Amino acid sequence: MAFEKYDFTPLTQSIHQGLIENVSPLLTLIIEWTIIGVLFLLFIAVFGLLLVYVERKVCAAFQQRLGPMRVGPWGLLQTIADFVKLLMKELITPKSVDKFLYNLAPFIVIIVPFLTISVIPFAPGLQALDFDIGIFFVTAVSSVGVIGVLLAGWASNNKYSLIGGMRSGAQIVSYELSVGMSLITMVIMAGTMQISEIVELQRGGWFLFKGHIPAIIAFFVFVVAGTAETNRGPFDLAEAESELTAGFHTEYSGIKFAFFFLAEYINLFIVAAMATIVFLGGWMPFHFGNFEGFNAVMDFIPGLIWFFLKVFGIIFLIMWFKWTFPRLRIDQILTLEWKYLLPINLFNILLMATMVLLGWHW
Amino acid sequence: MKSFFAYIAEIFSAIWSLLTGMKVTAKYFFTPWKNVTQQYPENRDTLVMYERFRGEVIMPHNENNEHKCTGCGICEINCPNGSIEIISKSIVNEEGKKKRVIDQHIYHLSMCTFCNLCVKTCPSDAIVMGQNFEHAYWNRTSMTKVLNQPGSKIMEGIKE
Ligand code: SF4
Ligand code: SF4
Repeated sequence: MAFEKYDFTPLTQSIHQGLIENVSPLLTLIIEWTIIGVLFLLFIAVFGLLLVYVERKVCAAFQQRLGPMRVGPWGLLQTIADFVKLLMKELITPKSVDKFLYNLAPFIVIIVPFLTISVIPFAPGLQALDFDIGIFFVTAVSSVGVIGVLLAGWASNNKYSLIGGMRSGAQIVSYELSVGMSLITMVIMAGTMQISEIVELQRGGWFLFKGHIPAIIAFFVFVVAGTAETNRGPFDLAEAESELTAGFHTEYSGIKFAFFFLAEYINLFIVAAMATIVFLGGWMPFHFGNFEGFNAVMDFIPGLIWFFLKVFGIIFLIMWFKWTFPRLRIDQILTLEWKYLLPINLFNILLMATMVLLGWHW
Repeated sequence: MKSFFAYIAEIFSAIWSLLTGMKVTAKYFFTPWKNVTQQYPENRDTLVMYERFRGEVIMPHNENNEHKCTGCGICEINCPNGSIEIISKSIVNEEGKKKRVIDQHIYHLSMCTFCNLCVKTCPSDAIVMGQNFEHAYWNRTSMTKVLNQPGSKIMEGIKE
């Protein structure tokens, strides 16, 4: 396979070999952990800022505006300036908050993307952790975030925050179900929960095409539920500006606010990455039938680029949702989940299981 | 069974209506040259304001330094904010008759809300809305303007 030349395994292997020959195994482990930690830290910071910029530009384009244009060429330095401003801001702790929980909440929220990002394969050989229950791990840790949101809402001791937190809790708990079920649909098809293997199975064709009807249904359910899980519009009623000021993070300022903000965008990336891995073949290039020439050209593009192309495609789709649809009410959100997405999902699992049994997928 | 089909139909009509909305925003997204944002200080020289834009009240004069204001004071009465003051004087015309003409048409830009009422009610259409919007001044008194130019007089043939 042509694209194996972009495999990162030799690189990581050589780093590991180099370390293990020179230092003790324990130190090797520590150094490797540190490298990975720093890499993820950098990635999250840079990618978060980039996503904020992209979001502002995309939103502006949808509204026939130009977006940030003043700081740097095309406003490229805008989010960096914003971030520096946030870092320098005073950390205000309101008088009547529950101090411990109030300070704990932003850390719980920011921990989630750090945990989930560890299982994401960015390119061949570029995956920090490869559990055999990778999908399960992602769904499990991503639901920790809701605790942070609820804590922030509760500990702020403010009616807006509390309402925002409660809404967010109700919403995430419901939509978690849909995310999980649509992933289960694909797990039934793949027959494994190991993320690297799921990607490998899509070498001959992405699951979205291989699984046709049920896979497409699952994909749509996943994108809708994923949008809801990240608390983004049209499901952003947890921070509905017009009614709740800023929802659960009303009382936060400075870097703690930045944590919530960053976590939201990185969660957006994680949802897009999961959709990419499970439905669009992760870093696998796009292949079309037996067109050898076309496939060879596709193979020429490195897996890392393929991965980010797909991720940005899905992020664009989710942004498109946000800047097109009006915000839903809390009852509408719950209706959508329990009366529509859940039954569709259950039916879809059945359909997928039947298809797998009868061998109707490719 | 009927309600089941209604349920399915509802899902498809919902998807259809969402797609319709997305088509509209997609059209905006992919036609960036139709953006409405003006890069103001940069395009200052080429900026063209819309005709309906109300920047300030002005009194056009023709090449002989003549305007159409009769000094009737209707604009002053109609201004809800008292931004206009009419000071008239009386002169003796060629026929030896006394006549009231405008001395100073004072316009307080700082109090004006650009409601257009003065322009609408002026019987001789002497004042119009100008398009200049750069109204930043160092001194408050600069915002009080005399609209009729010094030495100007009324055009021939304007009915009193
Ligand atoms: S501007 Fe018009 S309304 Fe005002 S005093 Fe002159 S003629 Fe009368
Ligand atoms: S535009 Fe309105 S506020 Fe301004 S001077 Fe005319 S009547 Fe008065």
